[in-house]
Amino acid sequence: MATFIEIKKAVKTFGKLQALNGVDLSVQKGEVVLIIGPSGSGKSTLLRSINRLERLDSGSITIDGESVTDEGSDIRHIRQEVGMVFQSFNLFPHLKVVDNITLSPTTVLKKSKEEALENARRLLAKVGLSEKEHAWPDELSGGQQQRVAIARALAMNPKVMLFDEPTSALDPEMIKEVLDVMTDLAREGMTMLIVSHEMGFARAAADRIIFMDSGQIVEEAPPETFFTSPKEDRTRRFLEHIL
Amino acid sequence: MAKSSPNSERDHKDPPRPTINITDGTLIPLKDEGGLLSSWNISFFGAIALLIALPLFSPDPYLRILAFVPDGLFATFSVTLISICFSLVIGLFAGLGRISQRAWINRIATVYVEIIRGIPLLVQLFYIYYALGPLLKLQGPPAAILAMSICYGAYMAEIFRAGIQAIPKGQMEAALALGLSRGNALRKIIIPQTIRVILPPIGNEFIALLKDSSLVSILAVSDLLRRGREYASTSFRYFESYTVIALIYLVMTLFFSRLVAAMEERLRHRGNVH
Repeated sequence: MATFIEIKKAVKTFGKLQALNGVDLSVQKGEVVLIIGPSGSGKSTLLRSINRLERLDSGSITIDGESVTDEGSDIRHIRQEVGMVFQSFNLFPHLKVVDNITLSPTTVLKKSKEEALENARRLLAKVGLSEKEHAWPDELSGGQQQRVAIARALAMNPKVMLFDEPTSALDPEMIKEVLDVMTDLAREGMTMLIVSHEMGFARAAADRIIFMDSGQIVEEAPPETFFTSPKEDRTRRFLEHIL
Repeated sequence: MAKSSPNSERDHKDPPRPTINITDGTLIPLKDEGGLLSSWNISFFGAIALLIALPLFSPDPYLRILAFVPDGLFATFSVTLISICFSLVIGLFAGLGRISQRAWINRIATVYVEIIRGIPLLVQLFYIYYALGPLLKLQGPPAAILAMSICYGAYMAEIFRAGIQAIPKGQMEAALALGLSRGNALRKIIIPQTIRVILPPIGNEFIALLKDSSLVSILAVSDLLRRGREYASTSFRYFESYTVIALIYLVMTLFFSRLVAAMEERLRHRGNVH
């Protein structure tokens, strides 16, 4: 397998807070990587650096050979290939569900309305929301909104999907419907980076778990090894809290 | 299986703060405020009743005044409408400038807003018409429109700025993450949501501008107030003339404030803005 995302010595500070403190990480094509860690450990910052929603202070990131961190790189082109799902869904409230999904394909990729619509319908069926095509975002439950957000990101046909705490803002009964969609995606071979504390999902779908603390990667391992025999003290202490 | 608390990452949100809501236009009538005897109804229909009764019972001078002053309505409305359009354009760009990440654009826009908001409108009118008169060589109406547009542009800029900043940051991030350019994100995502938020305050500015347009009567613009002044100075009927002028302004501003309130109500119902 080829290295798809390569992060080298990533450093980022917010004022006094050292969010990333020299992170190295490479992700293979088709790999599903789950990032966990206490809040403030830099996991969201790491994720958001990958499509340059945050600019690194130093270090480099490449996706499929294209540099994200070079000021001269075509960041919009890279973003088209990197889907992102947010904790707070961030659907566009003034657009109906279907228009949320077709906006970027028609605006950015210049696809025809018909083609974008057909694709949107296929994706809505995939996330189980075909009947909500003409609904407004605020008419949907949180779980439904997040599934639409996933469909919206997939509409750009991304090569990698980033999930920033996709279930943290959801009521417990809605978490599963979102995780099911994500599990399907993982099975289809999508490259995924996920910041989440859903350990059941981690066991079922992740290839690798990264534990971050204080802006550094403390430990990484396949789920079974990670949960049963973590090497580091800090990892063990963290796992005691969340398991 | 343990789950992280669903609220753990949302705790940083600000606690709700008490807010006050004061507008500088006429009071926007609220829906369930006193029914038939609401303050709006009393003022509006009272003013209309007076405008009908006074000429009826005392045609001289009221009917004469009513025949004489409406000529000024045209000037009042054209100055108001043209100025509001220009001020919206100025306000949009200055408002975008106020949130621009380019320091010098930001600085220019902020200095403009600070200067204009720090000088009374009447002084600005004098400045453009008299002080810069030899330079600009503007007649009364264009000078009035220029001054009002520049002045209200600064207030509009603050409305646009506040409106854009009221849109959650995640909207821009989601748009950028989908590969949209910043300009497209503004046009298709941020501005459409902003418009819903700022329409009511813009309506209020319109009402305020309509009232402030009476200031242009000093620049030889034959607006409503100036027509009243002209009638009063030839007939010496000061009380009657200015009573009629005041009533006409009152009817207009109350009418528009009701319109703004209705618009606000509609936007709240349709409002998909969270």
